[in-house]
Amino acid sequence: MDVLRITTSGSVDDGKSTLIGRLLYDTKSITQDKMEALQAASKRKGLDFTDLSLLTDGLIAEREQGITIDVAHIYFSTPNRKYIIADTPGHFEYTRNMVTGASTAQVSLILIDARKGIVEQTYRHYFIACMLRIPHLVVCINKMDLVEYDEARFNQIVEDFQQLLKGSHYEDKVVKFIPISSLYGENVVTRTDKIGWYKGQPLLEYLEAIQFDQDDKQHPARFPVQYVIRPKTEQHHDFRGFAGKVASGSFHKGAEIVSLPNGQRSRIKTIEQFDRQLDAAHATESIVITLEDEIDISRGNLLVTPDAIPEGKKELTAQICWMDQQKLTSGKTCLLQHGANRIKAKVQQLHHVIEVTTGRVEEKTEMGLNDIGRITLRTAQPVFADSYQANPANGTFILVDEFSNATVAVGFVE
Amino acid sequence: MSSIQWQFPRALEDEAIYILRETAAQFERPAILFSGGKDSITLVRLAQKAFYPGKIPFPLLHVDTGHNFPETIEFRDWLVESLGLELIVRNVQDSIDQGKVKEETGKYASRNALQTVTLLDAIEELKFDACIGGARRDEEKARAKERIFSVRDEFGQWNAKIQRPELFDMLNGKINIGENVRVFPISNWTELDVWNYIREEELKIPSIYFSHEREIIERDGMYWPYSPFLNTTEDEIPFRSKVRFRTVGDMTCTAAVQSDADKLEDIIREILAAKISERGARIDDKRSEAAMEKRKQAGYF
Ligand SMILES: Nc1nc2c(ncn2[C@@H]2O[C@H](COP(=O)(O)OP(=O)(O)OP(=O)(O)O)[C@@H](O)[C@H]2O)c(=O)[nH]1
Ligand SMILES: [Mg+2]
Repeated sequence: MDVLRITTSGSVDDGKSTLIGRLLYDTKSITQDKMEALQAASKRKGLDFTDLSLLTDGLIAEREQGITIDVAHIYFSTPNRKYIIADTPGHFEYTRNMVTGASTAQVSLILIDARKGIVEQTYRHYFIACMLRIPHLVVCINKMDLVEYDEARFNQIVEDFQQLLKGSHYEDKVVKFIPISSLYGENVVTRTDKIGWYKGQPLLEYLEAIQFDQDDKQHPARFPVQYVIRPKTEQHHDFRGFAGKVASGSFHKGAEIVSLPNGQRSRIKTIEQFDRQLDAAHATESIVITLEDEIDISRGNLLVTPDAIPEGKKELTAQICWMDQQKLTSGKTCLLQHGANRIKAKVQQLHHVIEVTTGRVEEKTEMGLNDIGRITLRTAQPVFADSYQANPANGTFILVDEFSNATVAVGFVE
Repeated sequence: MSSIQWQFPRALEDEAIYILRETAAQFERPAILFSGGKDSITLVRLAQKAFYPGKIPFPLLHVDTGHNFPETIEFRDWLVESLGLELIVRNVQDSIDQGKVKEETGKYASRNALQTVTLLDAIEELKFDACIGGARRDEEKARAKERIFSVRDEFGQWNAKIQRPELFDMLNGKINIGENVRVFPISNWTELDVWNYIREEELKIPSIYFSHEREIIERDGMYWPYSPFLNTTEDEIPFRSKVRFRTVGDMTCTAAVQSDADKLEDIIREILAAKISERGARIDDKRSEAAMEKRKQAGYF
């Protein structure tokens, strides 16, 4: 069964949460008790309508301030597929939560307030979508009711946004623009006469038709070993299985594999999924692999196929998003987590920080919370990453602070 | 039955197994919080699959309020026995006897809030650094905000405003001394996903999920199971009816629904047609608008 993961982006108050609420409301996915709770909460806030943004803005602080602070995950399904939606905050301060929600998305819904057009956070979120290479972009020009459903206004914003797309990898992809009103549910699930000049599909119809190619199967085979299973019971005395989730590509029974970092080779004896034996396993499947030979493999090793062995590097250059209050300066040491591997690393050089509204790079000596920049790291052991562009599933890492243990950055290998 | 609503998305199982293996690898002493309900039964199945043919490398921790349905306890013991699991039980009654918590009074008295204290004591006593729970994001609006690895401070508190970013499927289980992590492998499952999984995997579940005859009372438009633990008023007269439970908590805070569903297919059909959400039957959630968030801040899962 098909699962489509969606995220929202756009500036504060552009209507992201309202849109998601509306999507669920119009697909009859909100149960009566939840609806009554929304009505009661709206009334308590002194509103004379039911504020559907309260469906995802569930925290006390969010309801107090009328903004989204942290990402909420919400679910609904149609006869066609299951949707997982991450409703993310628009506020600059919470950009890292936005990245959290967006990182797993296949579709980014970018909201723009029709009155305001493209604003700074739109640039930032669009930039993050580019960095994450989210496969599909849908730009919803929202609050059309507040600009009298003006076609010229819509066209102007579309034109502005198309300028942004130039030179990015979205240039030759389909980017959809839809004029909507989240508040009144216009062009969300159903069409409206008020925007009769728009001949395209409403949002849900468009989402339903999105097809995504199973990209991962064409990528090189990568299997990070998460855990070694050694039951040592009478029945399975000699069993030694390597448990993990296929990051990318495919593995086949009988095929040769190379274990990194040590480069030892063996053949796949079995591929197992609980009590079933498989002939092959593909990206995203959680499996156990056993090998013909007794070679030394533990958590953090990466199994690959001999036709596509990644290069182990002790120097990595990457684009990162910094996510900590404490600033990053070159020379900082931290832990680099890539797959099931955690390695000591040092920031050797901070090349530049990117001014996201213009795309210009600025030479700086430090990176602050939510800054995006380019750095080079030196690591204690080689890292067997692919470039994010070539193979996203093996091209990211996080940085963990050695003292606070917080996740302080996400990186995309060049 | 060919409809998509009857299919379990297998990607969710792969994700949950991945999370359980990360938990086993990144922590020294994880435990599964086991309530005997369908979500924790699902967790046990996932753990069984994640480490097969090895054993599940964590014990089950049950915080027993003393107000459980006897059918749940019976089922728990059967499951532990048949899978050869390690079960640790800690009792809310002991916390009451030690004077750490005070029994609530009045007709709405329940031990739901008290169990947090027993849980936090158990975590400290047994030195668990990760507690795996069956909470799902679709259940409740505060739970919708949870991370997969949710860090709690020394007092078990959840701070929604400073959660760690969680990128792609990379999980950071590094914590400071005194902190612990709540792990939610089935975060992205819905109630329907759980039922479809139970059906496809042919899992056994406690009998109270199926239609049966029981003594109930009517209160606030809901059917409450009649039991010695429930404080009733004089005009609340128990009567027998055919009911089942959609969610299983304590006998004092779980409402029953009238139902003839005695097969999984019928249960799923009922859920598909339901106008009320699963937690709509949880009286513990109804105490205030932010009841769940407040309980989570205090260390509940
Ligand atoms: N008139 C009108 N108002 C809208 C529309 N969509 C949203 N709003 C209002 O705009 C305000 C902000 O909406 P939200 O949905 O909370 O905005 P958001 O993008 O989720 O904001 P953050 O999550 O805080 O970034 C609310 O008062 C909504 O009622 C719309 O289409 N038309
Ligand atoms: Mg919002």
